[in-house]
Amino acid sequence: MEKRELICIGCPLGCPVTVSMEAGEVVSVEGNTCKRGDDYARKEVTNPTRIVTSTVMVEGGADVTVSVKTRSDIPKGKIFDSVKALKGVTVKAPVKIGDVIVENVAETGVDMIATANVAKA
Amino acid sequence: MKAYDIVIIGGGPAGLAAAASARRSGVTSILILERDKELGGILNQCIHNGFGLHTFKEELTGPEYAARFIEQVKELGIEYQLNTMVMDISHDKVVTAMNREEGMFAIQAKAVILAMGCRERSRGALNIPGYRPAGIYSAGTAQRLVNREGYLPGRQVVILGSGDIGLIMARRMTFEGANVKVVAELMPYSGGLKRNIVQCLDDYGIPLKLSHTVVEIRGKERLTGITIAQVDGRGKPIPGTEEDYDCDTLLLSVGLIPENELSRGAGVDISPVTSGPVVNESLETNIEGVFACGNVLHVHDLVDFVSEEAGAAGKNAADYVRGLRKNCSGNEIQMNPVEGVRYTVPSTIRPDQMDDKLTVRFRVGGVYKNCYISVYFDDERVMRRKRPVVAPGEMEEIKLEKAKLLEYPDLKTITIKIEEA
Amino acid sequence: MYDVIIIGAGVSGAAAARELSRYQVRACVLEKEEDVCCGTSKANSAIVHAGYDAANGSLMAKLNVEGNKMMSKLSKELDFEFIQNGSLVVCTDEESRPGLQELLERGVKNGVEGLRIIEREELVLMEPNISDQAVAALYAPTGGIVCPFNLNIALAENAYTNGVEFCFNTQVEGIERIKGGFRLKTNKGDVETKCVVNAAGVYADQIHNMVADEPITIIPRRGDYCLLDQTAGKHVTRTIFALPGKYGKGILVSPTVHGNLIVGPTAIDIEDKEGTNTTRTGLDQVIEKCANTVKNVPMRQVITSFAGLRAHEEGHEFIIKELPEAPGFVDCAGIESPGLTSSPAIGCMVADIVKGILDLKENPNFVGSRKGILNPETLSMEERNELIKKQPAYGNIICRCEMVTEGEILDAIHRPLGAKSLDGVKRRTRAGMGRCQAGFCSPRTMEILSRELSLDRMEITKCGGESKIVVGTNKDRI
Repeated sequence: MEKRELICIGCPLGCPVTVSMEAGEVVSVEGNTCKRGDDYARKEVTNPTRIVTSTVMVEGGADVTVSVKTRSDIPKGKIFDSVKALKGVTVKAPVKIGDVIVENVAETGVDMIATANVAKA
Repeated sequence: MKAYDIVIIGGGPAGLAAAASARRSGVTSILILERDKELGGILNQCIHNGFGLHTFKEELTGPEYAARFIEQVKELGIEYQLNTMVMDISHDKVVTAMNREEGMFAIQAKAVILAMGCRERSRGALNIPGYRPAGIYSAGTAQRLVNREGYLPGRQVVILGSGDIGLIMARRMTFEGANVKVVAELMPYSGGLKRNIVQCLDDYGIPLKLSHTVVEIRGKERLTGITIAQVDGRGKPIPGTEEDYDCDTLLLSVGLIPENELSRGAGVDISPVTSGPVVNESLETNIEGVFACGNVLHVHDLVDFVSEEAGAAGKNAADYVRGLRKNCSGNEIQMNPVEGVRYTVPSTIRPDQMDDKLTVRFRVGGVYKNCYISVYFDDERVMRRKRPVVAPGEMEEIKLEKAKLLEYPDLKTITIKIEEA
Repeated sequence: MYDVIIIGAGVSGAAAARELSRYQVRACVLEKEEDVCCGTSKANSAIVHAGYDAANGSLMAKLNVEGNKMMSKLSKELDFEFIQNGSLVVCTDEESRPGLQELLERGVKNGVEGLRIIEREELVLMEPNISDQAVAALYAPTGGIVCPFNLNIALAENAYTNGVEFCFNTQVEGIERIKGGFRLKTNKGDVETKCVVNAAGVYADQIHNMVADEPITIIPRRGDYCLLDQTAGKHVTRTIFALPGKYGKGILVSPTVHGNLIVGPTAIDIEDKEGTNTTRTGLDQVIEKCANTVKNVPMRQVITSFAGLRAHEEGHEFIIKELPEAPGFVDCAGIESPGLTSSPAIGCMVADIVKGILDLKENPNFVGSRKGILNPETLSMEERNELIKKQPAYGNIICRCEMVTEGEILDAIHRPLGAKSLDGVKRRTRAGMGRCQAGFCSPRTMEILSRELSLDRMEITKCGGESKIVVGTNKDRI
């Protein structure tokens, strides 16, 4: 049986949660104080995901960078690949919130989109 | 002299929300003065997600959150001036500002809303000994360099202070190729949100050393290394616990200070605890018609609460300008934060001036587990809320009902305290 | 071949250069740092001493009193901040009272005017925050405070405008005697000169020992200081000293010309001539000892701390003379406190010596005045608006704490011997010197420096050398 130690992020209490797993299946969740801890722990050990945010450079804009994010959360293991996919990416102003910057970033099926508006200089 | 009903100092999240709310409360003559080249304030460099869960029920990044309010302000046709620095606010609400196009100019306001935000504590304020090389930045300065300008301030990074900006920058610098070696925190607990500790440090294996501080800074031109040490219960370094780190960058995330130089100049009373104005239930300072909201009033943890508070300030300023405020009967209740509660905003409440419900915000001075937040009307306990944990990093609030307060016509003091279970 | 080379662009070297520029002379200042005012001259108490401290009959005493008397006129000619706020030497126990009398007598003999001993009653009226233990004080109305950066910068700018050359990032590594003068070996190549002025601060011993028969030793004596926010600047109005002890003048508490409060220094003899690091012990001493003379100093208002090195020579005396064994080599060494105060007089003395050696003629084109960087806060609103209309940069605030405009920063960069780094801008304009300690303005000042000097952002430094602010671009190494 495999045991994973987590800290729940559901609230400031930060319960230390122990998840027991057997062949990739969650057998038990212990240490949590509430239901949210249980939910968080199950997701975190089976399919941890994160939204990734970064910036890319802008050409001819009122700003030199524009902030970006993955449209939805992506597998935790793909975080660095998705950041690397932004290396060297430059977009032309104007940029609007929601513009797709990189499609299907790092083969996650999720687009990297702009999170700020940049007008032309 | 130009004249406006409401002049709002600062076009960040507080100023924008206050403006939109004042406009919706029936005032059309509103001017926002913003010193930067764009509205949105510090949110524009907070490119991480996690904003807006309360306000919009979705998780936005800082620039997206700001954009929502900027759109509102534009749709409502509220005037704003960018690249404009407010130089002075007088006691009688003459605002003196300056920009490249108009030079210095004065504006007579009927009401002023202070929404200038806060600044970061610097290395100097901590009095950390050592050299003064390049490579020591407040986390926010580094955030601007990386997020808005595309430059890396350094490659080998140590962070002092586990405030949220420091935690966010630990992850951010990691993404951009820097090696973040450790985050040292003077207190035995982190000043940041739990979520940020897990998602910005734990995810990337960055150690957080509680009860540690920087005791030496090395490097004459550019930083070459620092020494951290464990501290005792009074925050004094313990000899023999020193650890050296080679690094070219030290980021400081050691607290935020409301920026009240303009407020002081106007004669606004400042609380020594929050470093923000002392305000009543209307978020009005000791100067009639001068209101305050957001981080200039007290440092918030979530921008959603800034927007909410600023909305109240905007409405109250509008009511003041429109002459809707009733005469005060005179009963003014003192808020009395004790036993673990460091302060409250507001500091005083006049029941007949308040809305049906009033949010009282406060912070606690330490970590308390399995405790109660208790509210006393004079000596009578009227509310007791069980909390599994409260911590200094997270702002707390209670709601007071006007109807309930009116049942106590002679009430002098409302005490809020933390009680052990 | 130069007529004279001055080693060091601190306040002594700059003062000597400026006085020499009154004559027809081919002069050059060599400075190992990227700017003037980078050593002892930038990190000190910024006090214009009255002159009661130095021993009767000493050169120190003479130049101190002379320098003090010159400062007011010079500050007007060269447009730098100087305030004659008066100073008080506070005695905190009856037993030490004779020490005050001794100081008074020494001061009178040194030629200090207006000295008198005041009793507690009057003292408390003058300085309400004086320590409860204070029993009496020596009051010196001629004591003052000065902007050490602008004094140094103004002298150098004025020298430059009158024809003196300046070479920065130029370190003297050896001196050879040649016919009719000296050959200086530097990291930038050799230069020849008839005369050398050794104004190298804490390195003056190394320069001296390259040519002299009798070596000297300059001990860097470190002093830690704390600088407090302007909200604390009125805690005292005069400069408050403790009665002197074994190591210098003890911890002083003083307003600065910019309205801050300065507290310090300690006095620790060290070996490293670049050892400008503060220490915990030092800062704790400053905090603890200032309470001896002034109560309730609001230490929570500290905005920065720093350490300076005094160029202490064992004899505790200024060494300003031509070396008999090396004619044409003029020492200007051991310039520790009251060196800043004495600098105008030091400049004159050095120039007189060099003039004697080279038989210099007057420079008919010498212009003795210089305008500093315009501080728009000194203008009326109308004047300010006129200025902004002509130069909109004066309407753009860059440093929010000290309210410094882009116009001032542009002036600092483009004037003679202009700023090349963040610290260079800071010393000239105060941008970054306020309570946020450059948190807000440094990216903006970097942008201006990079634009005006056509430098890549990555070349911009805090203070020259390797002190780069940013080291790369996002994702450059992933």
